[in-house]
Amino acid sequence: MTLRTPLRRVLGLGAAHDGTSHWWAERMTAAALVPLGLWFAVSLLRLDDLDYAAVHAWAGAPLNTVLLVLFVAITFYHSQLGVRVVIEDYVHGRALKLVSLVLVDFLHLLLGVASVVAVLRVSFGTAA
Amino acid sequence: MATFRLPPNSRIRKGKTWTAAEGVSNRRRFIVYRYDPDSGENPRMDTYEVDMDKCGPMVLDALIKIKNEVDATLTFRRSCREGICGSCSMNIGGENTLACTRAIADHKGDIKVYPLPHMQVVKDLVPDMTMFYAQYASIKPWLRTRTPAPADRERLQSKQDQEKIDMPSACILCACCSTACPSYWWNSDRFLGPAILLQAYRWLVDSRDEATGERLDALEDPFRLYRCHTIMNCTRTCPKDLNPARAIAETKKLLAERRQ
Repeated sequence: MTLRTPLRRVLGLGAAHDGTSHWWAERMTAAALVPLGLWFAVSLLRLDDLDYAAVHAWAGAPLNTVLLVLFVAITFYHSQLGVRVVIEDYVHGRALKLVSLVLVDFLHLLLGVASVVAVLRVSFGTAA
Repeated sequence: MATFRLPPNSRIRKGKTWTAAEGVSNRRRFIVYRYDPDSGENPRMDTYEVDMDKCGPMVLDALIKIKNEVDATLTFRRSCREGICGSCSMNIGGENTLACTRAIADHKGDIKVYPLPHMQVVKDLVPDMTMFYAQYASIKPWLRTRTPAPADRERLQSKQDQEKIDMPSACILCACCSTACPSYWWNSDRFLGPAILLQAYRWLVDSRDEATGERLDALEDPFRLYRCHTIMNCTRTCPKDLNPARAIAETKKLLAERRQ
């Protein structure tokens, strides 16, 4: 039983005046991932061999390095945007939600940076 | 976490069966959700056999016949019986719709009737609409202007501008769409839901309204508006053939437009 009026409960803390950036970023990253994903899949399929030397030679080309870094970074950005929504949808405990959102952000940042560094190491590393 | 199973006191048990009189050849079974908060018992599904030779064509006709002739305790809302009041919205054969405009002939076999999904049940097929109406009130569903009305006439609108509000104005607030929306199921305390967002859109596109910016401000929120993930259950289930999903998409476009 609550003494607050239904309208008071619906209005809550008011509008966050936010959400459009998230919505826009989700769509823009999705649009960017279509050509990048296709390029990535086709490029790997066209490699004669998938050993370190072949991939090093391919990833070392400047355009490929740029596109690879973009692909990896945008993938993790897009994933972070999406997983955040899943948590907001389904996790309702206040503390659990906050902890989950922070963990998801940290994890995406960690994995994203690690992946970019991995790409750069393969691209700029010495030939095996 | 989201709850995927009903709480113990909401789990549905098997109920009673009322068979039609002997000699009835054209019979149809209606399996109806029953819940009486005063009894302290769990909800149950009661089965009613209805003589279709002496029953009107719509599901509401059958429910009224059951209430009049078989079981007077069956509780449901109804008023206009022609799809304009929105009172008899319920879940029929797995679909949210109006009992008065849904033909029995459109269903094969037994017809299961539940209240609108994921709402608190007051009794039987009557859901508690309090929060739904409060959400409607929260979007200030009236004309908001700063310019005083002309002294000698009403506020004029072109035919084209009027047509923009024709579709959203035809909404009868039956809540079929909102209660068909998974996003509304999980977050109805913060997400406004398709019905209310369709009405918000109705005022956004009203050429006479002067509060478009304030209205967009009030909607721009990760929960109030952006819980919509374009699932489209709303548009699919609308008994008035309206398109709340499109209205929400247009609202998102307006919000994107004002920052480009």
